[in-house]
Amino acid sequence: MLTAVILVPVIGALAAALVPARASVIRGIALGVVLIELALSAVVFVGLDRGVSGFQMVERADWIGAFGIQYLVGVDGLSAPLVLLNGILGLAAVLASWRIEHRVREYFMWLLVLQAAVMGVFVSLDLILFFIFWELELIPMFFLISRWGTGRCEYSAMKFLVYTFLGSAFMFAAIIALYFSAPGPERTFDMTVLMGRELAVLIVPAGLIFTGFLIAFAVKLPMFPLHTWLPDAHTDAPTAVSVMLAGVLLKMGGYGLIRINAGLFPEQMQQAAPALAAIAVIGVLYGAFIVMRQSDLKRLVAYSSVSHMGFVVLGVASLGGTGADLSGVGLSGAAMQLFTHGTITGLLFVVVGQVYDRAHTRHIPDMGGMMGRMPLIGASFVLAGLASLGLPLTSGFVAELLVFLGTFRAYPWATGLAAFGVVLAAGYILWTVQRTMFGPRLARWDGLRDATAVDAGAIAVLLIPIFAVGIYPKLLTDVFESGLADIMARF
Amino acid sequence: MGIEARDVYLLSPEIALTALALLVVALDLVVRNKAVQTAVAVAGLAAPIAVTIVLWADVGSRPEAAFSGSLVVDQFALFFKLLIAGVLALVLLASRDTLGRFRYQAEFIGLAMLSAAGLMLLAAAGDLVTIYVALELASLPIVALAAFIRGQVRSVEAGMKYLVLSAVSSATLLMGFAWLYGATGSVQVVGVEGAAPPIIQMIGTGDPAVPFGSFALMVGIVLSLAGFGFKLSMVPFHMWTPDVYEGAPTPVAAFLAVASKAAAFAVVLRVLYTALGLDELSADWTVLIAILAAVTMSVGNIVAVIQRNFKRLLGYSAIAHAGYMLIGVAAFAGRAQEPGDASLGSSSVLFYLGGYAAMNLAAFFVVTVVVNRTGDERVAGLAGLGQRAPWAAAVLAIALVSLTGIPPTVGFMGKLFLFQAAINADLMWLALLGAVNSVVSAYYYLNVVRVMYLREAESPDAERVAVGPTAGVALAVTTAGVLLLGVWPNGLLDVARNAVQTLL
Repeated sequence: MLTAVILVPVIGALAAALVPARASVIRGIALGVVLIELALSAVVFVGLDRGVSGFQMVERADWIGAFGIQYLVGVDGLSAPLVLLNGILGLAAVLASWRIEHRVREYFMWLLVLQAAVMGVFVSLDLILFFIFWELELIPMFFLISRWGTGRCEYSAMKFLVYTFLGSAFMFAAIIALYFSAPGPERTFDMTVLMGRELAVLIVPAGLIFTGFLIAFAVKLPMFPLHTWLPDAHTDAPTAVSVMLAGVLLKMGGYGLIRINAGLFPEQMQQAAPALAAIAVIGVLYGAFIVMRQSDLKRLVAYSSVSHMGFVVLGVASLGGTGADLSGVGLSGAAMQLFTHGTITGLLFVVVGQVYDRAHTRHIPDMGGMMGRMPLIGASFVLAGLASLGLPLTSGFVAELLVFLGTFRAYPWATGLAAFGVVLAAGYILWTVQRTMFGPRLARWDGLRDATAVDAGAIAVLLIPIFAVGIYPKLLTDVFESGLADIMARF
Repeated sequence: MGIEARDVYLLSPEIALTALALLVVALDLVVRNKAVQTAVAVAGLAAPIAVTIVLWADVGSRPEAAFSGSLVVDQFALFFKLLIAGVLALVLLASRDTLGRFRYQAEFIGLAMLSAAGLMLLAAAGDLVTIYVALELASLPIVALAAFIRGQVRSVEAGMKYLVLSAVSSATLLMGFAWLYGATGSVQVVGVEGAAPPIIQMIGTGDPAVPFGSFALMVGIVLSLAGFGFKLSMVPFHMWTPDVYEGAPTPVAAFLAVASKAAAFAVVLRVLYTALGLDELSADWTVLIAILAAVTMSVGNIVAVIQRNFKRLLGYSAIAHAGYMLIGVAAFAGRAQEPGDASLGSSSVLFYLGGYAAMNLAAFFVVTVVVNRTGDERVAGLAGLGQRAPWAAAVLAIALVSLTGIPPTVGFMGKLFLFQAAINADLMWLALLGAVNSVVSAYYYLNVVRVMYLREAESPDAERVAVGPTAGVALAVTTAGVLLLGVWPNGLLDVARNAVQTLL
């Protein structure tokens, strides 16, 4: 099952690359593939038995026997929602790239490879396999940004690549060091085994291994001060790639932080938690203040991502609490934030892309009064903005509430400060909506057309989960709790 | 101590290759058709390859000494012989068109084969004298090959440079050997008939406060390493590499980069692991090699960033990769408690050499094909290659991604095994530095990919580059190697692990 989830986009990518057909057929192929993929990921999500913890749908095969490297995939309550998220965003991304005319074949090939690589990251349970999928995403992103991007896209693509690659260099060393942390026959890259194990024979201190992983995930998340690649990459990437980047690629960092840093190194996690909480607060506030100064709509959303991903770190930092102050709520909130931020920011980028397609500008002072011309796009932008600032009944509210609830007892001051970030978010989002959509009607926007059916589809795909989860959070909270139970059990 | 029939049998790969070299040169007198000459040469290489495979099965896990210990034929040596012969066959296939332009094509092929025979001998050398003789046999033809384009100043300069620096390094090496002989009273690297090598026999008598137990031994080892360093393109003996790669005909550069380097690693591994592989000694030389590895890869990668000529870039990249492989040499875990761990370092070097052969040859072959047509060696000259030669561009892109070490390619697997060995041998810092070096290399390798796909060709009428059928075969084989070994490394890994069993 999970192998199919990884392979379907790969096969789709090959089909897109090799089938000799017109651009419209290639688009059709890509759409078909992501629809199948969404269905498969929904099957994984629904098929997951929420009553039990531990990994399900496990597939295992020996790969490189000499070092015990396995092909080992499986999902639990933590990864299944992220698999679904990737399925949803894959569809949104293909719909959002409907207007790509330049080298359509290669574009969809890379987009599908990207989706497959991210799927692989979420379902891999062998550290080497995990790392391979982690790296596999680099090349598609490099091409997608540099080839179909705008502005200084080649610079941004290289910056993205170098930052991520540098982060993974540390993870690579950490993975191997972890492998050698057991006597000969017990060495393994198998996360399911490593999760239940005290680190025994250490060549390097466990803290260093922990830090190696942390650096890689901090770059990806991105965590202040390793975030500078993100605004560049987001701003210059084509719409669909921004959607994937914000929607799932950043989530790989949060996922790794929870699965590996918290899951394999509970003791080091507790020691690092105060520092993480501090970094999280800085990220939330710094990101929010920078947002205020942005005049480029995409850059604005990108910095709001920096701010919002800070909540993920804050939720993870709640693990630093002791005794009664420690609960799984903060961690659940962090996981929820991964999912909700994926859909909300994905939607923001979709809408920003649609505005740009029509107005050919992302410069906020040039905008204004667009609501009357394109009510559907405008309304979606407002809804996405409201979700982003954490309005009740949207999923953003649930996630942030859980993070604050979980972290408050461990770090009341940090939580209080971070909560101020929500106030700032309310400020910058409403201000942005006002400056772009509302205001006096401008004659130069009279020619703008509202969303087409495809555009509306891309919006709907993301809007549905935002409200579904916002109105009935148990859809996700149950699953995440079952998945995080094993991790919490070690604290 | 006469020569026995078995000795000749054990030497048969080199004999077959030398005979083939003479045959190709002699054939030139009768058959002038250059395509036939190449065909005979490539098909003829099946003979040494076949004999090597027979020997592989025959020798099994025990090393056999031939010519009273001058030669050691074990799977380790045979691994390298196979690699060198395979590389030569691929180089000849890929450069059919380039070679066809040479008036003295047969002599070119003959010289390359003689050089390869020397390299094969080097991998099996059992004493210092044989090492030296084999090294000279391998080097001298290279001088002629590098200077093969007589009308071109750069080519002649490359030959001259190689001749002079090679002579200097040989002299250094000889001096080192003399000190080793003086210190130990023997030239034997590998113990004869089950006895330990003589250097090992004198351990324990030395002064523990002095590196290697004796100053004579230290001077000998350091001078020898300096001599080998030339062949390895190890910093600070790397200066010739970019110049020769740039000036020499591309096939020669490809051969130098892969086959010559492989044989040099074979002899370094043999000398360090077998003759000096005692804990008392390795404590000293592993530190030395680790530092040299760190410097070599860093210098290679950093200087490569500013290169504008693609062949020079590949030259610096070859230096960087020598540095990566030295990590594996330094990861001599003789002290490790776990039984299987001792061979991690050496087997990872062998695996990396195999993978490096595939990816580096793929890159060089594309250069051969493209530069042969356009004559433009600049990186910028590759602009628009994605349209002008989609298949060649794809091959080069895959090769460069692999050289960077990004999965799913053999470059990633090779680095995985190298760094694994390093961390197991307490060289965490070196593995980390290696990984960070890969990041630096990503910048210049992927920059080439960017130029190929994102830049339009400089003149709109830049010609399409056609890939001939023989070059196509060579490109397909190397690319398949890069990708298949990246996904399924088990076969080569097992071979490498078996091959290093006799080293310790």
